[in-house]
Amino acid sequence: MLKEIWTQTRSSFLFVVIFTVLVGLIYPGVMTFLGQVLFPKQASGSFIELNGKKVGSVLIGQPFTDAKYFWSRPSATTPYAYNAANSGGSNSGPTNPDFINTVKGRVEALRKVDPENNALIPMDLVTASGSGLDPHISLAAAQYQAGRVSRARKMELKAVEALIEKYTEKTGWWGFLGDPAVNVVELNLALDSTR
Amino acid sequence: MTNSQWLQIGFFFFALLVLAKPLGWYMARVYEDKGFGLDRWFGWLERLIYRVGGVDPQKEMDWKNYALAMLLFNIVGGVVLYAILRLQNYLPLNPAGQSAVAPDLAFNTAISFITNTNWQNYGGESTLSYFTQMAGLAVHNFLSAATGMAILVAFIRGFVRKETKDLGNFWVDMTRSILYILLPISLVIGLVLISQGTPQTFAPYQNVTLLQPTSYDQAVSTADGTPVTVAGKPQMTHVVVTEQSVALGPVASQVAIKMLGTNGGGFYNVNSAHPYENPNAFTNMIEMLALTAISAAFCFTFGIMAGDKRQGLAVLLAMLVLLVPMVYLCVHFEQQGNPILNHLTAGKDGAVLNNGNMEGKEVRFGIANSGLFATITTGTSCGAVNAMHDSFTPMGGFVPLWMLMLGEVVLGGVGSGLYVMLIFAIVAVFVAGLMVGRTPEYLGKKIQAFEMKMASLVILFPPVLILACTAIGVTTAAGRAGVSNPGAHGFSEILYAFTSQVANNGSAFAGINGNTPFYNLLGSVAMWFGRFWLAIPALAIAGSLARKKIVPQGSGTLPTHNLLFIVMLVSTVIIVGALTFFPALALGPVVEHLKMLNQ
Repeated sequence: MLKEIWTQTRSSFLFVVIFTVLVGLIYPGVMTFLGQVLFPKQASGSFIELNGKKVGSVLIGQPFTDAKYFWSRPSATTPYAYNAANSGGSNSGPTNPDFINTVKGRVEALRKVDPENNALIPMDLVTASGSGLDPHISLAAAQYQAGRVSRARKMELKAVEALIEKYTEKTGWWGFLGDPAVNVVELNLALDSTR
Repeated sequence: MTNSQWLQIGFFFFALLVLAKPLGWYMARVYEDKGFGLDRWFGWLERLIYRVGGVDPQKEMDWKNYALAMLLFNIVGGVVLYAILRLQNYLPLNPAGQSAVAPDLAFNTAISFITNTNWQNYGGESTLSYFTQMAGLAVHNFLSAATGMAILVAFIRGFVRKETKDLGNFWVDMTRSILYILLPISLVIGLVLISQGTPQTFAPYQNVTLLQPTSYDQAVSTADGTPVTVAGKPQMTHVVVTEQSVALGPVASQVAIKMLGTNGGGFYNVNSAHPYENPNAFTNMIEMLALTAISAAFCFTFGIMAGDKRQGLAVLLAMLVLLVPMVYLCVHFEQQGNPILNHLTAGKDGAVLNNGNMEGKEVRFGIANSGLFATITTGTSCGAVNAMHDSFTPMGGFVPLWMLMLGEVVLGGVGSGLYVMLIFAIVAVFVAGLMVGRTPEYLGKKIQAFEMKMASLVILFPPVLILACTAIGVTTAAGRAGVSNPGAHGFSEILYAFTSQVANNGSAFAGINGNTPFYNLLGSVAMWFGRFWLAIPALAIAGSLARKKIVPQGSGTLPTHNLLFIVMLVSTVIIVGALTFFPALALGPVVEHLKMLNQ
């Protein structure tokens, strides 16, 4: 029995080493090589460059508080919102009083910046995403903000709505997967470039 | 639920069944060594691995040696992983300059990854180097999955073989699982993920200039870390942030195996909710199929190896009966949303119909894909999440908790799901046999006292361990200190934490602060026993069954492929497995639900 334990322990150690090389180094190495050759932009983070400077990633949201920008969803990352080196959700329970108050504050902020708008506030606009980095808002949340943005920018409402339309993945994937989502970073970049 | 939601959920189940059948057939060929294509290409590598590892692939093992090899392999792997975590600051590929992981956290993480749990008391991008993620954690994503698959194959051989001690060779079953099943499929999934935007790079974290700078207040502290106070209040400085640091790394290679091996340990803190780990609804579908495909396919593999495909199909149907209604329940309650918030956001024009409970969820997935993901990730022992379960509505959060309590048999972890489900089947035929006075048999093997003793160990132990750990958690100050939400929800957090760890799932009501010595150590105990206390008796049953003769079917044989058997199996899982938890569930989600409705 002792001999059996010794030979199996030796094999255990050797197998751990073998597989560390095979699936711990060679496998990710091959994947990195193939990824960088076949899909160089995506494999490096899908960054958006403007004049040679990285101004965002298609997949990573940014915080906005100015009335002239579409606001992203609230973010629970620390120490600041949309910290892409420290993803995180609020993990607040649905009946937590602190959480209810936080949402109340967000509702008030939205009502205050756009007092004439009496419509229902879409839920995603006042609740934090799971990642804290959600680059999207729902179509309803974009439409809710369209009037405010057009007034703040003195742009025609129709032009703003056309941009929303352009940056919406309306049909989702294969026409039915997922919900329609508007990319806030791309939309705000487009707004800035129309000035 | 809307038509679109029905369609998406329906498509998932359709695609799963379409994939599972050929994959199950392929895996049977791999384990029975009947020629399957890839062996011609990589047979030399397989033989080289055996030679370097010093094992004779022809040598068969009895159940004790099989269990010994399995256990030693996992212990040695755990020691090596612990060393990597503790020494990562000296190891290469650490562009973000992460420091060594603390001893209690490293211990917890090592146990977590060798037991296929992948409970994470750390945030990946803020704690671990690229080397640790790749050569430490991702390796164990493969090894722990392959361990579960090997045990299952030995377990099935216990039914198929007769009058022998031999159950196969652990090293061969494990190596083949990786080389011919996990590795090639991971390569394909990884490339699909990269094409959609999942990073795969060794470049350091990148800085991005924000469109609109943001700011936050930071407490001022002196050089030795004591906070500075002015007139009794902590002094704050205003920090303006103009650049966002974006965490990158070899993400796709790790995400592919974390789903396929039902491991669930994310590269990033928020797992598959992170837009890099799961960029869109299409990748979300791929990830959901990856985390269920092998477990579903094993039902077909089981049927083929047992020489009667209906046996595998019956088990798969029983699993689906336990799964599908819970998917509906979860999506339904999440779509209803939180009535308190619905009231707050109502329009002044009277509109109240809102788009569901979006706290902790991502817009690109929406309610249906979040609810479906939560249900299957807890039904299998995966534990990856694409939404924060802690922020689900009380009854929406009840569903993942319930799935964990079923014992990870509804599809279940790769390998481990089916062997525990087959043990439930043994209990089911035993109970049925008692009721009608027949000798219980399953697949021609008589079920006797030894098998029933071992099956009881497997089935009764997890609830005892879960409830004992939860009791310790709620009655000690150290346990209560981890809770982040008040009231009944805080109780749910502790209950979920230990249920998830004993079940080797790894998802969490993640508000709980588990990175304390208390949770790190008690959690390690829960995960260790949750894995090996089940695996070893399972192998003992296999060893005992393999020694028996195969009894020819007679008029007294209870068929195990018909509707009656499926009903028996489902009832056994619910009554024996999960009913124990009703008082605990009543104190957690049910109380909170009633409280929410009354506010």
